[in-house]
Amino acid sequence: MSGIIGKKIGMTSVYSADGRNVACTVIEAGPCVVTQVRNDDVDGYNAIQLAYGERKPKNTPKALLGHFKKANTTPKRKVVEFRHFRADVGHEVSLGQEVILKDVFAEGDFVDVVGASKGKGFQGVVKRHNFSGVGEQTHGQHNRLRAPGAIGACSFPSRVFKGLKMAGRTGGKRVKITNLQVVKILPEKNVVLVSGSVPGAKNSFVILEK
Amino acid sequence: MNDIIKQIEQESQEVRAKFPGFKPGDTINVAVKIKEGNKERIQNFQGTVIQRKRKGSNGETFTVRKISNGIGIERIFPLLSPNIEEIKVVRRGKVRRAKLFYLRGRQGKSARIKERMN
Repeated sequence: MSGIIGKKIGMTSVYSADGRNVACTVIEAGPCVVTQVRNDDVDGYNAIQLAYGERKPKNTPKALLGHFKKANTTPKRKVVEFRHFRADVGHEVSLGQEVILKDVFAEGDFVDVVGASKGKGFQGVVKRHNFSGVGEQTHGQHNRLRAPGAIGACSFPSRVFKGLKMAGRTGGKRVKITNLQVVKILPEKNVVLVSGSVPGAKNSFVILEK
Repeated sequence: MNDIIKQIEQESQEVRAKFPGFKPGDTINVAVKIKEGNKERIQNFQGTVIQRKRKGSNGETFTVRKISNGIGIERIFPLLSPNIEEIKVVRRGKVRRAKLFYLRGRQGKSARIKERMN
């Protein structure tokens, strides 16, 4: 799996050659730095570690400062490992090397995009699990309009089953959207346009995987 | 809006510059490319512009209304679509609002629009 780390910029739309208006997410991706190369014989698996996004040295843990120094680069904000990166890209990468968009993707490729969805706070079951609510405002509903209803039977099983859908913290989770097409690459700006929407707020980190 | 998105949308400005400026109330002629099998031909659609939506963005559209055989026809065109070959302004109209939906309920004399002279 090859990939790159980026930042969500926002959305716009572009026209395809056949005249369709395609909604796109603009992602500023790369250049990333290879901060570690993992090998089968040393680490037990084959991967590379990429880092992206500037970070002030005073806000970086000492341990990480040393880690970035080994790769001969400035401290970075986001560090992600990609397994079997070299096999997918088709050439060897070395420690401290820069990885740019063109190394990994071409226009027309299908990519998976991983991001942290927007946090919604504590939400009820209607928003969180798409329950339909009671359905009517009148006919004796009082305040039960968006209530979950029954959560199980009575003396058997005498408990509530694990994993039952209930109210709680919503969003802010890692979400992967698969098969988004790369519509356009602007190499001089390190910007890529993928079709459709992508999880997370603007300026949040996203991982593009192929 | 973010600078990067602005720059991306800037590229479409060249397409925009191809067309004359027109407003709701104007009568325009839109030449649309139509694909039939392998052949491509151009179809003209002439009518009154009754609205322009999302002006300035890449998704800008405009609605053209005409009366065809006594039946009102409205067509929505994306302004920057590659299928739009040409837009010609036939007549400029003087109207006092941006959305001319009131034309839908009218016909004949009351559906006229005064010409704008300047």
